[in-house]
Amino acid sequence: MKLPRLLVLVLLVAGFFAAATGPARADVDQAVVEAEARRVAVVERISACTLAIFGAGGAGGGSGVVITPDGYALTNFHVTQPVGNAMKCGMADGKLYDAVIVSVDPTGDVAMIKLFGRNDFPTAEMGDSSQVRPGDWAYAVGNPFLLATDYKPTVSYGMISGVSRYQYPAGTLLEYTDCIQTDAAINPGNSGGPLFDDDGKLIGINGRGSFEKRGRVNVGVGYAISINQIKNFMGYLRSGRIVDHASWGTRAASDDEGRVVISAIQDTSDAYRRGLRYDDEILRFGGREIRTVNGLKNVLGIFPKGWRVPVTYRQDGEVVRTVVRLSGTHAQGELAEMLSGRRTPLPGPDEDPPDENGEKPADGEGDAEAEGDADGEAPEGGEAEEGQPAQGDEDSENPEDARPGAESQELEMPQIVRDHFEARTGFANYYFNQQQQVRVWQALQRNGSFGDLPERWVLTGKASGDDTGEAYFALSPSRGELRLPVFRFEAEFGDELNDLVDPPGSGGLLLALHLWQRFLREGIETFGDVYYLGTVPSRPVDDEAELRRNLFDVLVGVHGGVETRFHFDPTDGKLRTMEVFTDDDVDPCELYFTEYRRDEQRYLPTQIEVRFGDRIYARLELESIQFGPKED
Amino acid sequence: MTESWRPPTRLLRVATLALSLWGVLVLAPCGEAAASRAAVERVQPRVVKIYGAGGLRGLEAYQSGVLVSAEGHILTTWSYVLDTEAVTVILDDGRKFEADLLGADPVLEIAVLKIDAEDLSFFDLAAAVEGDTGMRVLAFSNLYGVATGDERVSVQRGVVAAVTTLAGRQGAFVTPYRGRVYVVDAITNNPGATGGALTDIRGQLLGILGKELRDRRSQAWLNYAVPIAELREAVSDIRAGKFRRRDPAKERLARNPLDLTAFGIVFVPNVVDSTPAYVDAVRPDSSAATSGLQPDDLVLFVGGVLIRSLRDLREQAKLIEQPAEISLIVRRGEELKTVMLQSTDAEAEVGEPREGEQP
Repeated sequence: MKLPRLLVLVLLVAGFFAAATGPARADVDQAVVEAEARRVAVVERISACTLAIFGAGGAGGGSGVVITPDGYALTNFHVTQPVGNAMKCGMADGKLYDAVIVSVDPTGDVAMIKLFGRNDFPTAEMGDSSQVRPGDWAYAVGNPFLLATDYKPTVSYGMISGVSRYQYPAGTLLEYTDCIQTDAAINPGNSGGPLFDDDGKLIGINGRGSFEKRGRVNVGVGYAISINQIKNFMGYLRSGRIVDHASWGTRAASDDEGRVVISAIQDTSDAYRRGLRYDDEILRFGGREIRTVNGLKNVLGIFPKGWRVPVTYRQDGEVVRTVVRLSGTHAQGELAEMLSGRRTPLPGPDEDPPDENGEKPADGEGDAEAEGDADGEAPEGGEAEEGQPAQGDEDSENPEDARPGAESQELEMPQIVRDHFEARTGFANYYFNQQQQVRVWQALQRNGSFGDLPERWVLTGKASGDDTGEAYFALSPSRGELRLPVFRFEAEFGDELNDLVDPPGSGGLLLALHLWQRFLREGIETFGDVYYLGTVPSRPVDDEAELRRNLFDVLVGVHGGVETRFHFDPTDGKLRTMEVFTDDDVDPCELYFTEYRRDEQRYLPTQIEVRFGDRIYARLELESIQFGPKED
Repeated sequence: MTESWRPPTRLLRVATLALSLWGVLVLAPCGEAAASRAAVERVQPRVVKIYGAGGLRGLEAYQSGVLVSAEGHILTTWSYVLDTEAVTVILDDGRKFEADLLGADPVLEIAVLKIDAEDLSFFDLAAAVEGDTGMRVLAFSNLYGVATGDERVSVQRGVVAAVTTLAGRQGAFVTPYRGRVYVVDAITNNPGATGGALTDIRGQLLGILGKELRDRRSQAWLNYAVPIAELREAVSDIRAGKFRRRDPAKERLARNPLDLTAFGIVFVPNVVDSTPAYVDAVRPDSSAATSGLQPDDLVLFVGGVLIRSLRDLREQAKLIEQPAEISLIVRRGEELKTVMLQSTDAEAEVGEPREGEQP
């Protein structure tokens, strides 16, 4: 058995020769020399944007990768969770940068952080993980075993072993759907680091491996979260929130003929309202063909809660296409509760949990010390194999658990981090949510301001659809009037708005127009509870890549017990869609602002499509909008 | 003096080898991305996922196998996973089959399964190539059961670090196989990987990934494959009927059927249809006792006939004349043991049982 050792020696010597003996290159094929030079260049490029992440006190840690020049970077949730809200990031330039948490995705095991100190950080070039195939070559870059005291990352080279792998969650967290499997070495400490393709393009975030009985070191089976999944979440990850993954109120199973059919469906789910029923066959979901239950789980796992995705199904022999709104994998507030229960991010809990939430994050967090780790480091990283996800007792052994309390951590925060951090229940870092709210609002204001206008607005025009003819709407902050050929009524807008669902079949058209006016007049400060959700597809096209290509920014505003989602086109800042939810488990009234015209001061809508459920209630052609105090 | 000379020569040899190897390795990514993808795509449909017995911690209920005929012959590892009537094979396209165990070779630790299918992609064992030290290889397997349904098996890359025999490690590695192996520098022999394919970089079959083996002293895991050349004959033997079970419907019943209890073996009670043929007790001073047979041994072969259950044993025994001596292959823990049972009865030795003595 001397041979393997000899081989290692051979490789070392070979490296030495290749590096040190210039003349020997004359004997080497030109293609080989070029390939080597190319690889050296790729390694240099991909090393420059890779991070070694440490806790503020230098404890714990993992890896990460910078994706924007102003310092936004990706890592694993299970890397940031133990180290807290402030961290230090070492880069290949040998420097240590301060960073702050931005958002976390505990279900998908992803976190966004932001580095400070430069506006020209080297960044990773985005790849397309759906193009990755088994047999492709790949680089895993990071800080395994926290080896790099000079922050120069370790690069391991390997092959893509499999794609679209599904790895079960630990409890409800850290579910790896549609992930990439590689034999490039991924060890504790590599967690959160980038996986690059052969051209040095970012295709995934390494976070997990199968280990089982061989101890917590690489056995040639590592998993990376696909970058395309993260692209879907990118807007959410900029929101400063604790974001959630999607479910859709159904369970699927394979039947005897191998078809994927619905084996259970909740009658409160959007899927049910869209017409899906028990035993319907799922043909396509989210732009992908569905052939297996795992395939369905994989594609469901790449979408954020709140997206609307196309679904094609077969019912009684007939193929039906619809669009389903995805709900969360966790109950409202569940994730936030779970995270704050473990490690209070900061004192001063506000109560406006916007969204999301889970279980004790401890399960399978997988950052316990490697068993029998030769270097005795306190590594951190990969997950338990699916067979043993719950490593409940790891908590007590977790060295990071001995951190000082939350308050003292805040005091320890460097000034630059403190300036970019705001604790709020339901958010990883409310500071960034506010930044996004302001960004979206300011972009809208560039289309004209409505704040200084008189409070009574009169809209006149024509309606077509259920109620065709002259249309008249008078809106003021406390009351509104709607006149359509068939329906005409007035409403008072008090503290409770949930009952205002008239006219019948519209889902609440007058209420929606009221909230539209209120939002334009009051803005993000005084509309109600407003937060930035993230980005959602502008059109639910039946093509996965196309779905994430055109995205709208979404602000959520809660007022009078009604939740409204405002969708903005990021290219011009205009309001394009409003969804008004008068209750859970009912369809919203949807307004589509399909056309605007510009008057002297501002853009005004000239065409609004009103939809409710699967139907168009009306198309409104607005001829005039008058702002004035005059009453009829 | 000789001592001082030796290292330079060796270094020179190493250096020469190193240069040639470096060339090979550096060449790897250059223009070969497409080639490796193509090789992987060619091999993956020929490797299957196998599900059977097991499921306890450390005993995965799955392994891998390779198709060796268009009609669905599958070469795999002979292991506890196959200790069940219900062995399931899933192809790369997600098609699912119940597999028949045609036969097994207990020393090589291989088995041949058959599924009812046609026109499958397969490896022609006659065309398998030989591996050599330094050769770049790909390993395909259902490691950790990661691939399910229509997901394709995992692929890993490595280099043949040595071509050697396991014989030298007798006692260190618990395996009945003593023949040649390809030792691989990558961690190819993970749970569930056994029975998978080791190929060259073009996807030509070199060998079958072996069971997980760990050195008792160093605790090191061995990553290896058994060369096809070592297995070819056994596979055709099994396909030709050797180690195959005999068919009671077609064969003449024995005049004096085999009775293992006569040698001192007490089997466990036959409680279910497929109760495995475990030894419950060994009568003191019997042939079974002197042969070293122990309680909890699992009887796998009786005189070369594969036994899968007590019911199976009863059926097969009807076809076998009670012999004077018979060899058994049993599994004890993870080891295979061959024991020889001899009748202590002088009359029985001549193979003529006396009247009235049939138990």
